[in-house]
Amino acid sequence: MNKPLNYAYYPGCSSTGTSLEYDMSSRAVCAALDINLTDVPDWSCCGSTPAHTVDHSLSSALSARNLDQVASMGLDSCVSPCPSCLANLKTAKHRMEDAGFRDKVNNLLDKPADTRVETKSVLQILVEDYGIENIRKKVVKPLTGLVVGAYYGCILNRPAELMQFDDLEHPMAMDNIMEALGATVVPFPLKVECCGASFGIPRKDVVMRLSGKLLDTAHGIGAMALVTACPLCQMNLDMRQNQINKANGSKHTMPIFYFTQLMGLALGLPEKELGIGKLCVSPRNVLDAIDANLKEKAA
Amino acid sequence: MKVININLSYNSDFVSQVEEESGQKLNLCYQCGKCTAGCPYTAEYDISVSQIMRLTQTGQKDKVLQSKSLWLCATCESCTARCPNKIDVARIMDVLRHMARREGYTGIRTVKTFWDSFLNSVRSNGRVFEVGLLANYISHTGRFWTDIGLGPKILPKGKIHFKPVEMKGKKEVTKIFMRFKQESAK
Repeated sequence: MNKPLNYAYYPGCSSTGTSLEYDMSSRAVCAALDINLTDVPDWSCCGSTPAHTVDHSLSSALSARNLDQVASMGLDSCVSPCPSCLANLKTAKHRMEDAGFRDKVNNLLDKPADTRVETKSVLQILVEDYGIENIRKKVVKPLTGLVVGAYYGCILNRPAELMQFDDLEHPMAMDNIMEALGATVVPFPLKVECCGASFGIPRKDVVMRLSGKLLDTAHGIGAMALVTACPLCQMNLDMRQNQINKANGSKHTMPIFYFTQLMGLALGLPEKELGIGKLCVSPRNVLDAIDANLKEKAA
Repeated sequence: MKVININLSYNSDFVSQVEEESGQKLNLCYQCGKCTAGCPYTAEYDISVSQIMRLTQTGQKDKVLQSKSLWLCATCESCTARCPNKIDVARIMDVLRHMARREGYTGIRTVKTFWDSFLNSVRSNGRVFEVGLLANYISHTGRFWTDIGLGPKILPKGKIHFKPVEMKGKKEVTKIFMRFKQESAK
């Protein structure tokens, strides 16, 4: 890399809990690639979905407090692993370009917020700023024999005018990374379909139907595992996979990785640093198959 | 099919309010139905998203704000991404539920309680405290058995904390909510 890559890092609430392994693996992969992430010192919740369903100025105020902190760090861009945080931080910046709305939001804050910083996803900086070819060069343990489908979820690329990344119906960023890591990527037709999002608690039946369809399709196209970039998608497909099986009479045992976990493995990082053991559906068989393929190739 | 006489119940204030709050032109919708075709929640909705658009266009305030669909939209943005007239339909759905809340509609109680519990957690802790959120939700809905079966699966993973993570500026976050409440009361 020519110039050092420095970003403010906004982990988001789920990184401290249910998506701990996404946070761990994002940090580990960036460190291995000499990408510097500095935590936003006193970050708070972006408000996620619930805030924007109540009011747009409330939602933007919760996000703007964080953007303002990034600006005071002297960095011009912020990265977040979570698409929901990303969407809220980007929406706040975008809507606050309107003076009337900006005043309304600033009225809710202790002091007017500096919201000039850009926010990107961890996936976006890896693909656009670091580059797929550079990732390919760093692979020490190719994921030979792993047949994987890439599932992006609904809001990573949408709406297009706001997210400005990849394709809104047929994104390829994760497919391309997986291919660079040596995996066999099967085109996943439901890449941007919704998993049921945060309805897992209030309307579990909806998640059972939508996430069930994703697992059935992944199985049907011969994927051994799915790879995701969103804490909520991963949680619905992984933590709720048994519930889905029970509700739908299916028998899936499909590992659901964060893309950063598979990147870390291919870069030769230890499983422990990537939180592989924190996945609910055990990926042991799939990982053993990769190892067996590698040994066979070496022999 | 139910027939509505739109001349009798057209509420023009409602139409202009939706347009103002969403920044969208409602008359751009020509009812192609593409939003409904792609909406993952059509099967759960009592009124499909394209019908919500038409009812809103024709000023049918009560019928729209009573709809359960408003509370089931996940803002997945499929409708917005695919609208041939570039209407931000998901933003209109968001604005409609803001109005439904202000008018006192509960929509789907479990959904509203979940969203409220989430925001209560943010207001008190600055960040979401997952166990506290769940406890708050259960105490308001009585749905004790929700996800109890997940406990043995995730507890050994060390992902669940029983105390909120302390952050310095949590009072600043609480104040955002307090000011929002004051502004809304005006």
